[in-house]
Amino acid sequence: MLNRDEDILQAAEAWQKAGHGVALATVVETWGSAPRPAGSSLVINDDGTFLGSVSGGCVEGAVVTEALDVIASGAPKMLEFGVADETAWNVGLSCGGTIRVFVEKVGQS
Amino acid sequence: MKLETLTQVNTERAARRPVIVITDVANGEQRLVKAADFAADPLHAELGKQLRMGKSAMIEADGKKLFLNVYAPTARLVIIGAVHISQALAPLARSLDYDVTVVDPRTAFASPERFPDVSLVAEWPDVALPPLNVDHYTAFVAVTHDPKIDDPALLHAFERDCFYIGALGSRKTHAKRGDRLKAQGATDADIAKIHAPIGLNIGAVSPSEIAVSIMAQITAELRLPKASAA
Repeated sequence: MLNRDEDILQAAEAWQKAGHGVALATVVETWGSAPRPAGSSLVINDDGTFLGSVSGGCVEGAVVTEALDVIASGAPKMLEFGVADETAWNVGLSCGGTIRVFVEKVGQS
Repeated sequence: MKLETLTQVNTERAARRPVIVITDVANGEQRLVKAADFAADPLHAELGKQLRMGKSAMIEADGKKLFLNVYAPTARLVIIGAVHISQALAPLARSLDYDVTVVDPRTAFASPERFPDVSLVAEWPDVALPPLNVDHYTAFVAVTHDPKIDDPALLHAFERDCFYIGALGSRKTHAKRGDRLKAQGATDADIAKIHAPIGLNIGAVSPSEIAVSIMAQITAELRLPKASAA
């Protein structure tokens, strides 16, 4: 049942307490036919290990890369993915929707 | 997100209490609102609406873009009676994302062959129910037609403040049930919480249709604002 959000957040807490740098990426807005609803989340640690999903697999790779930056800098970031922009054909959503993903570091004071 | 916030979210979720995390997406500032504090919160109307829908969403307040991340407990359905209607109701409820448990002390009814993939407890309600931690996010349905089984189960549901309580039986059967339950300490307000006859009136005939009418009524109770719930 690793896809349930409670397990994902428990993993985030466990990773943080074990001394990992951890980021939480959350879908905050969707337009059109987006694969996962607002509130869907992905947690990433500084090994690049991740759990959960923000798009059912379409853009997770890009989110993980950005999340590693957020872990390093501590500053939150808003990411947007859709078919309308250039990069979309590389990492984008084949379903035609657009999603906005908020990435934040876990454990910042 | 602060570690303290994350820990609190996990604690509230483990206790099956709803919690909402509000994030200002411009700067990452965050605050957490627990169920007990929803009513007093300046954003209580928005929090209430999103919680009822079980949906996270971006809102605008005081010129800020705020993301409300809603962590609502998974709704549960407890079915008293491993009867024919329950065989249709259990898989339907599972398809609607409810965690389903069927309770019936009669082992001939509560058999895994009749209820594949469902949590089954072949015990009397007084033994079966306390470990289930029935709570507000539980829909509770009594369909055995047998007062020895249904009545103690319904008394338990009143105590636990289930968001939905339904019981099978005609108006006449239900009136008698009300008298019996009151003799055992239930109040008029408790009796009024029971949806009986159970289910929305859609002219349901078959067990599957009755299951649809029950799940429609439970959905209305879960999602509609209180004043207009069916």
